[in-house]
Amino acid sequence: MSGTEVGLAVSVFIACTVEAVEALTIVLAVGATRSWRSAMIGVGTALLALAAVTAALGPALTALPINVLRGVVGGLLLVFGLQWLRKAILRASGLKALHDEGAAFVEETEAAREAGAVVGSFDGYAFFVSFKGSFLEGLEVVFIALTFGANQKDVPLAAAAAAAAVIAVACAGVALRAPLARVPENTLKFVVGVMLTSFGVFWGGEGVHARWPGGETALLAIVPLLLLFSLGTVAALRRVVAARPTAAQAAGA
Amino acid sequence: MTRIRQFLRFLWDFVVGDDWRIALAVAVALPVTLVLSNNGVRVWWLLPLVVLVMLSVSVWSVARSRR
Repeated sequence: MSGTEVGLAVSVFIACTVEAVEALTIVLAVGATRSWRSAMIGVGTALLALAAVTAALGPALTALPINVLRGVVGGLLLVFGLQWLRKAILRASGLKALHDEGAAFVEETEAAREAGAVVGSFDGYAFFVSFKGSFLEGLEVVFIALTFGANQKDVPLAAAAAAAAVIAVACAGVALRAPLARVPENTLKFVVGVMLTSFGVFWGGEGVHARWPGGETALLAIVPLLLLFSLGTVAALRRVVAARPTAAQAAGA
Repeated sequence: MTRIRQFLRFLWDFVVGDDWRIALAVAVALPVTLVLSNNGVRVWWLLPLVVLVMLSVSVWSVARSRR
């Protein structure tokens, strides 16, 4: 397995773990509060819909000429990765609230309780919330796995990494029957943001005929440099946040 | 019409996200790199530079707005 393939597998696995943890929280909340059966039918329907999306987009993407694929899909991956990295930097520096799986579970559970009594054997609320949560989080998994896999011409490897992550999270969820609040989601999202952006820069550049010094080994420079730059930005932003007057200080001034 | 609009809105949020300037910069940098590369100019550094500049612009503008 080459370094790029390892990077692909690790990035897809981590990204999918994060998305699966978020979907699990939603499913656990509506399942435990309202109806496990309806929640699981929602998950199953979402998985079928995601399989249909993958079946439609996968072959279309891999049929594109490699330069077109890398230019367009690499560019999309870059924009998508920058979105993740931007949010992760804002969260790490205190400018955006950290994602808290425990709080998300409480919020979803309260919403499920307020949605009225469960009538009959099929609960539409549990089905829809579970379907929507699984489908939307899954769509990000499909996007990441397909763009990575298609660019590296190894969709099966990306799909295997994604499936392994989803199975691992599902097993942990069944074993614990609680949201996976101890998974360091914010740190993982930071890492994923760096990886998606780095691969997006590399593949996007290759697609538009930029010749990287050292070829594929350029990735070994892009990833740590972007990571250092992002950590440096977080440190600088934290100083700005810390220097800000608190609400009490501002009121007393 | 509303559903199409909702779908387009979803696509926009999904890919572009909170700061459209980043997507615009990438959309400009890619064809510029292509044109310059095809004319023999070595511009492998342009895309990483755009990433670092736009990431900085985006996060620091959030920091400024919260002051």
